Amino acid sequence: MTGRPRGQSWLAAAMLSPTMIVLALVVFYPLVAAMRESFYTSGQTLDADGFVVEGERFAGLANYAGVAGERFLNAALNTTLFTVVTVGVEVVLGVAMALVMQRAFRGRAILRAGILIPWAVPTAVSGLMWKWIFQADGVANALLGTEILWTADGPWAKLAVVVADVWKTAPFVGLLVLAGLQIIPSEVYEAAKVDGASARQRFRRITLPLVKPALLVAVLFRLMDALRVFDLPYVLVGPRKHSVETLSGLIWDEATRVHYGPASAYGTALFAYIAVIAFVFVKLLGADLLSDVRARRKEARDVG
Amino acid sequence: MRTRQITALLALGASLVACGSSDPEPAAQGGGDGRGPITFVGGKFEAESVQKIVDAWNAAHPDEKATVVLLPEAADEQRRKLIQSAQTKSDTGDVILIDAVWTSEFAANRWIDELKLDTSAFLPPTVETGRYRDKLYAMPMFTGTGLLYYRTDLVKEPPKTWAEMRRICDEVLPKQKGMACYGGQFDKYEGLTVNFSEAVASAGGDLVDASGQPQVTGEAAKKAAQFLADGFKSGMMPKEAITYKEEEGRVAFQDGKLLFYRNWAYGYEAAQKTDGSSKVAGKTDVAPIPGLDGPGAGTLGGNNLAVSAFSKNKRTAADFVAFMTSTAQMRAFALTSSMPVATAAVYDDPELIKKYPYLPALKEGILAAEPRPKAVRYGDVTAAIQESAYAVVTGAKPVDQAMTELQAALGPLLQP
Repeated sequence: MTGRPRGQSWLAAAMLSPTMIVLALVVFYPLVAAMRESFYTSGQTLDADGFVVEGERFAGLANYAGVAGERFLNAALNTTLFTVVTVGVEVVLGVAMALVMQRAFRGRAILRAGILIPWAVPTAVSGLMWKWIFQADGVANALLGTEILWTADGPWAKLAVVVADVWKTAPFVGLLVLAGLQIIPSEVYEAAKVDGASARQRFRRITLPLVKPALLVAVLFRLMDALRVFDLPYVLVGPRKHSVETLSGLIWDEATRVHYGPASAYGTALFAYIAVIAFVFVKLLGADLLSDVRARRKEARDVG
Repeated sequence: MRTRQITALLALGASLVACGSSDPEPAAQGGGDGRGPITFVGGKFEAESVQKIVDAWNAAHPDEKATVVLLPEAADEQRRKLIQSAQTKSDTGDVILIDAVWTSEFAANRWIDELKLDTSAFLPPTVETGRYRDKLYAMPMFTGTGLLYYRTDLVKEPPKTWAEMRRICDEVLPKQKGMACYGGQFDKYEGLTVNFSEAVASAGGDLVDASGQPQVTGEAAKKAAQFLADGFKSGMMPKEAITYKEEEGRVAFQDGKLLFYRNWAYGYEAAQKTDGSSKVAGKTDVAPIPGLDGPGAGTLGGNNLAVSAFSKNKRTAADFVAFMTSTAQMRAFALTSSMPVATAAVYDDPELIKKYPYLPALKEGILAAEPRPKAVRYGDVTAAIQESAYAVVTGAKPVDQAMTELQAALGPLLQP
């Protein structure tokens, strides 16, 4: 960026300005409005005639009191647990799916399409589908020979949500990893084979390191998605069930009960939480994630 | 370096967008007292039969035609949409159909106007659901209360008390395979509030007394909670009933898995269907729900018509409300739809009783029914009730503890 003619950077700024304006409108404004809202309270008092007193009142940090409350912490714990478990399982399954999808064999196209179908199903629809599977006299209990109430509040509900989420998003990880696999040149494998590397060694020494950038992008996406999960627990188990209430679910519940102050406060807290996770992730593993960018920047410096 | 972090942050921004709520628009204050075309915002249920009434209005009032806008079926979604337009002071809906339990919240927020209309033609408890602080804000239209569905092939006389019900079950069930005694809606949602307050009213108590104080640590509420807790513990109520909403339970009853089932009147037609979907067709009837010492008291459900405070044509809107809920139109509606209406005359009409044999039982149920607690912050109240009632039905907490917690939670929510 340094050492370029001035005119060019002005041109670049002008070309980017529409993007920045759109970003300011759809990202920064709601963000700032929500943060402002989190310091205000409204509609919580009645006057003598029984009418709600209109207008907003500055509440300071009162709305943030709930962040230390039992319900918020429970939701934060659920969200974190859900994220760790689902993303972990999805990475393993996704890599396996990608390896299978990459193989050249008859019917590969059908298999690929088949694996991707769950990803194409809208989450709410898959939630309804799994609800049907997990209901008291549903398929899951019939197959397992159990009488578990999967959709009632309790530990089984957690498992039901994890299963449904893994089913739906493992293919997404698989797809991104597949894209990473396909750019690994086959010569590398051939050379390794000639040198006598076993299949396991080829996977550990070639496939994994070379597919790592794509895998990290997939994990980052999934992390951010899983941390704000809402629709699946909502549809599958229902709102306000402690065992599966996520932070987004809690925010939704507060907002529908017209508690915009606490909802915004929790939203801000969730935002900070996701930002920290993403920051740490990029910091720790960013070398590979942004290696391409860095290489290009170095190139530019060398030329300049 | 920094740009890259900012980009990462930007991508995250979306998580917050959902909860950002901006200030209401300052424009369009107060609405107006005019006449002219209006919009009626209704729910999707019984849309065709409702449209017939609107068509009749439009034929009679060519200069003040009403357009129908349908909201999503789920009550929560409808409420959200209506509150959104109210907070932006939008005049897009002149007449709105609101759930009976929203009356206080909408009235207290000045989202709907007081109505000066004659309510003498309705069943009295339904009128009560449209009132806030003794003033009428919403005109009764649809109503309903819990009915006890039972199997006429196994039960001679429907039970009047819980003890009778238990006795009948003890007699009948040993000879039946895979059948449980009683079911209702015990999943954690509005239906649980309905079923719980119904149990309390049936034990002779009230969740909230006349002065607006919660009374859930009283004798009646505890006995009602104990009835539910014992029911689940003893297996009188099947344990999967804690996942039942109306439909799950209805299907279980129609599959012959329940001897008694508490549901709204809508289940009657479905249960009597002879196309194979119901195994209990012709073997089902309804009765008022049982109680602790005598017949129980159901909870009033229903939807009422209100005039939006932001309407520009309030005089037309009020006339429209009166027209929609007139006895003639409600009778015509009842002929094409089984949705129960609030008009008293409908329940004594021989032609309609022939069509819907449950009408006398339903009338008796509605006259004995109690409204759910009236509260401006009804959303918080019902959430608190569901929290404790769910702990009772799942056995997570002893009755005494759950009720003490509920009493403490309701106190501040019901403060004026």
